[in-house]
Amino acid sequence: MRAWCLACVAVLTFLMSGCGYSSLTRQDEDVKAAWSEVLNQYQRRADLIPNLVKVVQGYANQEQQVLIRVTAERAKAASSVQLTPELLNNPDAFAKFQQVQAQLAASVKQMIAVAEAYPDLKSNENFRDLQVQLEGTENRITVARQKYIEAVQGYNTTARALPNLLTAKLFDFQLKPNFSVANEQTISTPPTVDFGSPQPAAPAK
Amino acid sequence: MIAVRWWGWLVLCFLAPVFAQTQQQPLPKLTGRVNDLTGTLTAEQQATLEDKLAAFEARKGSQIVVLVVATTDPEDIVNYSYRVAHNWKLGRAKINDGALLIVAKNDRELRIEVGRALEGALTDLTAHRIISDTIVPLFRQGDFYGGINAGLDQMIRIADGEPLPPPDLEWRGSSEKNISHLVPFLFVAVFFGSVVLRSMFGRGLGALIAGVVSGGLVYFAGQSLFVALVAAVLAFLFALISGFSGGGMWSSYPRTGGWGGGFASGSGGAWRGGSGSAGGGFRGGGGDFNGGGASGRW
Repeated sequence: MRAWCLACVAVLTFLMSGCGYSSLTRQDEDVKAAWSEVLNQYQRRADLIPNLVKVVQGYANQEQQVLIRVTAERAKAASSVQLTPELLNNPDAFAKFQQVQAQLAASVKQMIAVAEAYPDLKSNENFRDLQVQLEGTENRITVARQKYIEAVQGYNTTARALPNLLTAKLFDFQLKPNFSVANEQTISTPPTVDFGSPQPAAPAK
Repeated sequence: MIAVRWWGWLVLCFLAPVFAQTQQQPLPKLTGRVNDLTGTLTAEQQATLEDKLAAFEARKGSQIVVLVVATTDPEDIVNYSYRVAHNWKLGRAKINDGALLIVAKNDRELRIEVGRALEGALTDLTAHRIISDTIVPLFRQGDFYGGINAGLDQMIRIADGEPLPPPDLEWRGSSEKNISHLVPFLFVAVFFGSVVLRSMFGRGLGALIAGVVSGGLVYFAGQSLFVALVAAVLAFLFALISGFSGGGMWSSYPRTGGWGGGFASGSGGAWRGGSGSAGGGFRGGGGDFNGGGASGRW
């Protein structure tokens, strides 16, 4: 009897290491790390936006509506960044997070489009620098999301393969939510920022 | 109705690869530090740039690479350039100090892609300034070599200001994983495991299983096949000798290693390309990118 108990423990230990427990744990951590990077970059964008708003305000104060909306959405997005890795197991919170960030991105894009109508603002060096930084941040968000997608793919594949499936069930490793198709489309076409340089007669692209 | 749906699904399945292919063009091969697919630069110009970048890498450890293509179509230059830099693995592994200057000649677009370790000095803004103040004016005059050369000079000058590990640390990042934290666990496991296994399977077979299991554990903990084999043999001997159980059947085929043996020993960092190492081609050092840098047009 005692031998059997010991045998069970031994077999369990073996299962945990050999049949996916360790790879599940490792990939779970990979996903969390990738997600932290996504949050990090979203935070970076959120930090950038107030400066951008301030510069635009200096030249285009009459565009209150856009400015107020951007500010409000930024505040919402900044608080949603507090979504911790543990909440990754909550698809609803995840979807809401995505939505908030997408809204902010759209509003910022609109604000920049509005700003383009003000020649003084367009040629303001500070504004252009901020645009460059914003563009860089959008790129980093894209890449961070790509890496998150890859990490989740790896994790979900592991968690669904047969021996690991049981381990995952046993230890409550849930499948992770990934960025949806609609969002992937926006990923592949990041908002382009016009540098305000005279457009040459570019050959057909 | 259902049949129609099935047909639609089938058609979609066949078309999907076609769509997938049209989304991006295949990546160019990394042939050297200067990769000109358009024939814009002469051989001497390429050699000059190549020498300059090689000297910089020897001094600083950081890899800077130039790529001139005709177009990045159908992707935009941002995605294309990240894909190239990511797949070429420029910069040292775990340090990520690579950079890529990419020119899409017919698109009249260029971009500087910056690895994470260089972002402190070569920020998005700096990269943008290099593009718009140094490179673009020369490109507008049609002086591609001059633009690339001056741009690289500036990139090198600025990257020199970034505190990076010295070049000789190149290989340290990808050494084998540390086993030390596993050792106590293994000892306990082998000790108890061998008692259990022997009582279940007898001395010989029990010891064999203990050996195989320990070897497998060590192997899957990320060690090389050799270390796993050593662990397997040790565990086998330990389980065989220790204790005093009534001798079960002695199975005399110590095929240690077991299933671990089936895998290729691919551990230890497959991708640590050397900086122009012996035997020819230049390779990326294993670095990664996170999208930093700036783009511009002329």
